[in-house]
Amino acid sequence: MQQMEQRDEVEMLSLMLLIRRFEERASQQYQAQKIGGFCHLYIGQEAVVVGAIAAVRPDDYVITAYRDHGHALARGTSANACMAELFGKETGCSRGLGGSMHFFDKRHHMYGGHAIVAAHVPLGVGLAFAIKYRGEDRVTLCFFGDGAINQGSFHEALNLAALYKLPIIFICENNLFAMGTSVTRSTSLKRIVDRAEGYDIPGEIVDGMNFREVRDTVAEVADSIRKESHPAFLEVRTYRYRGHSMSDPASYRTKEELEKYRLDDPIIRLRAQLTREGKLTNEQFDQLDKQAKQTVLDSVKFAEESAQLPVEKLHDYVYFDGGKS
Amino acid sequence: MREITYRQALNEALAEELERDPNVFLMGEEVAEYQGAYKVSAGLLQRFGPRRIIDTPISENGFAGLGIGAAMVGLRPIIEFMTFSFSLVAFDQVVNNAPNMFMMSGGQFNIPITFRGPNGPAHQLGATHSHATENFYASVPGLKVCTPATPRDAKGLLKTAIRDDNPVLVLEAELLYSSKGMVEPPDEELLIPLGKAEVKREGSDVTVVCYAQTVPIALKVAAQLEEEDISAEVVDLRSIKPLDEKTIFDSVAKTHRVVIVEQDHPYCGVGAEICYRIQKDIFDELDSPVLRVSQEDIPMPYNEHLEHAVLPNAEKLFDAVKKVCYA
Repeated sequence: MQQMEQRDEVEMLSLMLLIRRFEERASQQYQAQKIGGFCHLYIGQEAVVVGAIAAVRPDDYVITAYRDHGHALARGTSANACMAELFGKETGCSRGLGGSMHFFDKRHHMYGGHAIVAAHVPLGVGLAFAIKYRGEDRVTLCFFGDGAINQGSFHEALNLAALYKLPIIFICENNLFAMGTSVTRSTSLKRIVDRAEGYDIPGEIVDGMNFREVRDTVAEVADSIRKESHPAFLEVRTYRYRGHSMSDPASYRTKEELEKYRLDDPIIRLRAQLTREGKLTNEQFDQLDKQAKQTVLDSVKFAEESAQLPVEKLHDYVYFDGGKS
Repeated sequence: MREITYRQALNEALAEELERDPNVFLMGEEVAEYQGAYKVSAGLLQRFGPRRIIDTPISENGFAGLGIGAAMVGLRPIIEFMTFSFSLVAFDQVVNNAPNMFMMSGGQFNIPITFRGPNGPAHQLGATHSHATENFYASVPGLKVCTPATPRDAKGLLKTAIRDDNPVLVLEAELLYSSKGMVEPPDEELLIPLGKAEVKREGSDVTVVCYAQTVPIALKVAAQLEEEDISAEVVDLRSIKPLDEKTIFDSVAKTHRVVIVEQDHPYCGVGAEICYRIQKDIFDELDSPVLRVSQEDIPMPYNEHLEHAVLPNAEKLFDAVKKVCYA
């Protein structure tokens, strides 16, 4: 509970706003062809990563899949470094070599940004293995989508984590769709969290549109893990407002469904809670939003003005020589 | 120097590196309590304990990925595949995660991991258990691949691989685990650099380029050829990637004739790459076309007689050498 109090809720709300405004601007820049490749937006899911990050320490490990902009921003990677990465610039968080799906930030313990569905779940288990091997009290947060849970690597990873009692929280961001396939068409179980039970991993369902519920649950689980190393599983129910990627009009779902979730928007919800409790005025909120928009606008300028990695330097990124050459 | 087996040499390399660096650990199927499917890790559990010698379930993708994750934060995992034929289950981890991480992260995360285990056709194991994977893996930028053929090379290359800051595959020769050879005593540090071939036998008429399980074949054929007054130089690649072009080129510049004997398939095989480089860079040195002896382009049959026919073997190599020598 100690960690929770350290992170001010208004600050967390502004982080959610930053992610929202960043993604909106990324969408616009993508359409303007400033950003290439695939681009998967996190809009609607902000409370999941911000809630989880609010509950852990800066030195805990974070790893996620390809819908990763929010995770890097929540971890502390600057909007400048994130936008520059989307623009493919050397100032990007992966020097423009990773792109939207491969955001890395060693300094902030952000271990990617991984684009093969569920292939990073064993990596997350490896991060947790290293924690236990060294006798540390860190925790690994391993995020993935509902589409990951039917891959072999996911199952192998859960079994290994349970077998070796590793300090990892598997966070399934269930946004109901793996690309265009709804969970009901992909998964035999009614509740994803029941997958964890099959590996004797304790699991819970969490409302991913509710920042406080995510934060409090992750805090409680992380606390338990730090006392005695074990894995845990959270099925965090959320919703993405946009398509799977920029090229997806999301015609597989109804307008009504989308509207229903929009009314339950995580930003509106936290704002209302804070306002009701007298911790935030409308003016303050407007100010936070203005700041977020400005930060993102500045990041576009930064990205545009940044240089690309010269072709001659490309070979420096194939093999690491430990500074020998 | 003393004579030990290839298996013992690998075991010594593992023990020495585990002793030297607390970040090194060994993980794989049957590596601990069973003492290794091929007994390469015999005694290590007793010496280093279960924290560092770790049995896994049969989950190649899972534990290969675990190793890569642990390497991201500075551990130096040694991941044993019971055979490299099973590494194909973990292909995504070995090909997509380990070698790409350094580039994808803009140089933030190198992966100091060793993948090791037996590779190449053994004896009558059928199509699924007979893969020679060196050409698959050598084609991937970011991976290094070595293929020791002698106890000395096995020890020296494995130790170097474990100390390398990149993903390295040590493809051990399944048929050579019990073969013997002279190796420096344990108190003498033995490190053999990656990307350095070795002339295993000097000769003047023809160069036979070989590696792993084809090295003993090449040496045997070279001895036979001597009776026919053909002097064959045997170049053991030792590493497939990086490739030691210089040692190959120097030998070819001396002999002007080359046969490459490889244990993989002919189509896009290791020999194809070497052949390309020879004709590109030292075309004028050649007195005859380069020939390759490899597996046939056929899934491996179980029947012993048919298996022999599919494998690169001494008869095929002997004939190929005679052909390039117009003898």
